[in-house]
Amino acid sequence: MTAEILRFALGYAQIALILALALACWRMLLGPRAQDRVLGLDTMYINAMLLFLVIGMGNGNVFFFEGALVIAVLGFVTTVCAAKFLMRGEVIE
Amino acid sequence: MMHLEQLPPWAALIVALFVVIGATLTLLGGVGLVRLKSFYQRLHAPTLGYSYGTLLIILASMLMFSLLEGRAVVHELMIGIFIMITTPITLLMLGRAALRRDRDRKLGHDEVVPPRNRTEPPIETEDEDETKAETGGPQP
Repeated sequence: MTAEILRFALGYAQIALILALALACWRMLLGPRAQDRVLGLDTMYINAMLLFLVIGMGNGNVFFFEGALVIAVLGFVTTVCAAKFLMRGEVIE
Repeated sequence: MMHLEQLPPWAALIVALFVVIGATLTLLGGVGLVRLKSFYQRLHAPTLGYSYGTLLIILASMLMFSLLEGRAVVHELMIGIFIMITTPITLLMLGRAALRRDRDRKLGHDEVVPPRNRTEPPIETEDEDETKAETGGPQP
């Protein structure tokens, strides 16, 4: 019984995270200015990382954790580079 | 999916609760990211997912894999500490970049910065402070 509840909760979490990913993607496509697009991309990275964690919990597979960690690191580097580019016009001074 | 039956019932309920609340808060952050009006308001919305969503889902994952494997699984804390360190840095840099871009836009992208005089501005600021003190004093 509790396993059914947990399975339903994991399915709901996956659907909610995919919806959040779609909303962030909508903001990235729609965004009136460049910083809105960068913020939407950063949110998409974090939501994808959470989605990987939830999928790994559903599968009982530990290796999704590695993918989540890689996504987190790449999201940080991407957003910092994009913010520096927006601020200065160049990434490495 | 056989591993879900191996969890004790209380742990399954706690994990389900944490995952549902974390995913719902992340979804609310996404809704705020779409619906809020200005960029500086939108900057605050997805931090729900950055803080509460990450914290709750990582706690649920740690609890679940610790009970399944019979030992303390704490490597999810690495993601949590990493997100906790990097999120303020990224959002601060993004906010500063947006501020700078807004200032440049008001100047018409001419990059014309008014020259800084070493001698006159202190006198002007003193005058402004005095006028502010005079006008702001009797009002309250």
